[in-house]
Amino acid sequence: MSEERAAPLLSAAVREAIVAETGKYPEPRSALLMALHMVQAELGYVPLAAQREVAAILGLRPIEVREVVTFYPMYHEHPVGRRHVQVCANLGCALTGSRAVIRGLEERLGVRCGERRADGAYSLEEVQCLGSCGTAVCVQVNNEPFIENVRPDRLDELVKAIG
Amino acid sequence: MASERYLLPPDGTDWRGLETFRNAGGYAAAARALRAMTPEQVVDEVKASGLRGRGGAGFGTGQKWTFMPKPGGPKPSYIACNADESEPGTFKDRQILERNPHLLIEGLIIAGHAVGARAAYVYVRGEYVAPFRILSEAIVEARAAGLLGRRHFGTDRDFDVHVMRGAGAYICGEETGMIESAEGKKGQPRKRPPFPAVYGLWGCPTTVNNVETIAHVPAIVRRGAEWFKTIGTSTSTGNTLFGVSGHVVRPGVYELPLGTTLSEIIYQHAGGVRDGRALKAVIPGGVSMPVLSAEQVDVRMDHESLRQAGTLLGTGGIVVMDETTCMVRAAIVVARFFRHETCGQCTQCREGTAWLYKLLRRIEAGAGEHADLGTIEAVGGYMEGQTICALSDAAAWAATGFLRRFRAEFEAHVDGRRCPLPGSFEP
Repeated sequence: MSEERAAPLLSAAVREAIVAETGKYPEPRSALLMALHMVQAELGYVPLAAQREVAAILGLRPIEVREVVTFYPMYHEHPVGRRHVQVCANLGCALTGSRAVIRGLEERLGVRCGERRADGAYSLEEVQCLGSCGTAVCVQVNNEPFIENVRPDRLDELVKAIG
Repeated sequence: MASERYLLPPDGTDWRGLETFRNAGGYAAAARALRAMTPEQVVDEVKASGLRGRGGAGFGTGQKWTFMPKPGGPKPSYIACNADESEPGTFKDRQILERNPHLLIEGLIIAGHAVGARAAYVYVRGEYVAPFRILSEAIVEARAAGLLGRRHFGTDRDFDVHVMRGAGAYICGEETGMIESAEGKKGQPRKRPPFPAVYGLWGCPTTVNNVETIAHVPAIVRRGAEWFKTIGTSTSTGNTLFGVSGHVVRPGVYELPLGTTLSEIIYQHAGGVRDGRALKAVIPGGVSMPVLSAEQVDVRMDHESLRQAGTLLGTGGIVVMDETTCMVRAAIVVARFFRHETCGQCTQCREGTAWLYKLLRRIEAGAGEHADLGTIEAVGGYMEGQTICALSDAAAWAATGFLRRFRAEFEAHVDGRRCPLPGSFEP
């Protein structure tokens, strides 16, 4: 698979799901955040071409979509790793060793924090509080449920859970 | 003080399924409110209970509801339920969403009746993937059982609950930032007035309530305001969900009466400080709230006692730090958070959060001057009370709170030209 391949257009299923989502609100624009989550679940990121398609479905200007994509940290305008690993570095997790977890993952996954591995397998990111302070350290991969109670001295388990 | 739960199921269990929830007495309060109480009676009961919002500001819930217009106005009314739990140290609403989602739905039904809302929109933070799914399933179940939707509970009223996801921006936990976001925009807070009760979601009257706040409402309707007032203190009534994290033996969420002492929460419920170490500092209500020192640990966890101690109850998210913890590093983590989460609208906040972070980094690196401590106070002063929303104030309080409470440790960094606690956690 080439890195530079053009982004596929949105599938019929995603288009239908976006239209269905608009039914929940008095104004279709309110479906935008949910629509972008659907796009990202399908494509792995939200390229400009997909933003234009979402804009067309919701009756928005492309800039109205892009300003949302770039405002919210969860949306990626550029490709991330197939396994996008996010480690919480806020206080509860920091006190419990998240910095050591990040360093350990850089080594094990062969990718620096804030970057994407050349083969596209992994990207690693430090994120703000995930709302899991009681089960720190907390890690989230892609859009999946949390991996909790991560310990810097049990990284084998974590790497296995990341997959 | 009796400590009886009414928010969370017994440890290790959940009431996710409708049958389970009903067997535990669920939806009886909603049925009673819809069939036997007028909206005014519900509002009066909640007002009389003294319930205050559990999202951080502690505003009277019943009073907030009275700001909504009478039904029959030109525009529909809505409830916006804040499940954008993002304040570091806070992970309590997630317990309700994951383990007792029907309690939230029941509370929303009662609140919807009280304020005459057409629907409630629950804004769940984007990272809460499992809670979103669990709440969505509970809503489907409630609709199928006629508890939501057209002519719900066999009444002549229609009411529905919808869920939507955020996408990682802390500022969307601010009520007008959340409304903007729910409209499909950047989550930049609005200037007030007009307040959401006049001009909220889609320009319609809207009441914004936190998840836990709503979850208290069924118990108030079922057992009455007088019962509710027997729990907690005279001005901070009811139980609340305290989240305890950091250097404790048993981190977790504890449902306890407001006014419980901080030391009871840390030493009895959370098992004390980890590895037999001594306590050094505690943040009592999420990282926006000024830190307390170990000597203040006997403070009662209610609005008035914490205000007297120089801090605030906030979200009840308690972060415990042991004797090894460097206070400048802790302040760095918090300052980095606010620098990342400022929405950028107001200059004081956008620039101030970056300044605070840089100053703290410099001090931690051993390159700080005594004048930098004064600059932190000055920058904090410029950031307070000057901006559209309270994020700027929170960032200022957090940084100046660490400095004022642990000034000697900041000075030791400057004088020694290095961190005096090299074994501390890494920020």
